[in-house]
Amino acid sequence: MDLDKSMIGIASKPYIAEVDRERVTRFAQAVGDENPLYFDETYAADTAYEGMTVPPTFLVALGSNAKFPLKLDFKRMLHGEQEFIYHKPVRIGDRLECTMTVTDVYDRVGKSGTMQFLVLDTEMKTEDGVLAAVSRNTIIYRPAKKGAN
Amino acid sequence: MKAITKIPFSELHKEMQLPSLAKPPVTHEQLVQYAQASGDLNLLHTDDAFAKSIGMDGVIAHGMLIMGFLGQYVQELAGTEAIVSKFNMRFGAMTKPGDAITCSGVVKQLIEIDGKRVAELELNAEKAPGERVGTGSATLTCKIEND
Repeated sequence: MDLDKSMIGIASKPYIAEVDRERVTRFAQAVGDENPLYFDETYAADTAYEGMTVPPTFLVALGSNAKFPLKLDFKRMLHGEQEFIYHKPVRIGDRLECTMTVTDVYDRVGKSGTMQFLVLDTEMKTEDGVLAAVSRNTIIYRPAKKGAN
Repeated sequence: MKAITKIPFSELHKEMQLPSLAKPPVTHEQLVQYAQASGDLNLLHTDDAFAKSIGMDGVIAHGMLIMGFLGQYVQELAGTEAIVSKFNMRFGAMTKPGDAITCSGVVKQLIEIDGKRVAELELNAEKAPGERVGTGSATLTCKIEND
């Protein structure tokens, strides 16, 4: 199945992602990011964040629960670009309500033919309904191999 | 923590080359740790035999791990005065175990939004001089009033 503009607006069911302390610690350790902002409350209180937060890319670790309603060929998908937009700091202990939506579908002509792009925005809201962050994933959808369905 | 980048926000200026962050070489063990920590369990990143079966020389790093390195870098640049309000990366060449990534950045613009000082940075991740594995940008918003 190829992409088309009619997919814009299709959204996942909302799901809850918990910002678990142990998971944040393991994530920071795997990256080798030892910033005390993620584990030292006293240090973090004196920063612009006014308290502990999570590594800037941690939000991807929360996305693995999304059940996406598009049937796409994973072998054709390539992660092209990633963006995080922070409206307010994400806190350890937050329960974020996440909804993934197709926000754009477009074509671009490159060396190996026409490539399709799919933009997926995951909006993350805190329990009081305030938008905390958006994780924007741009997927390159490569042309189907000739002879394959 | 190696405090590489304690630059007061007020000292940032346009076209300023920021101090770089040299990460230790990526290891196979780190890819296994990152797979578990991030939930990206694609065997392409952790299983050499699987990677070879799909025509690769061996495992390659998760693109998001490299973005994690750039994330560490921008969060250090934000220091205690600023927050990272926007952060973006476009993935380039592949990273393999043994590759050592260096993160670097340049201040592209200093502007004011809603009375707050904002720095727009251009970011680069390279595995060797000129061999880009990712390019990106970040927006730092200063929370300290300008005096």
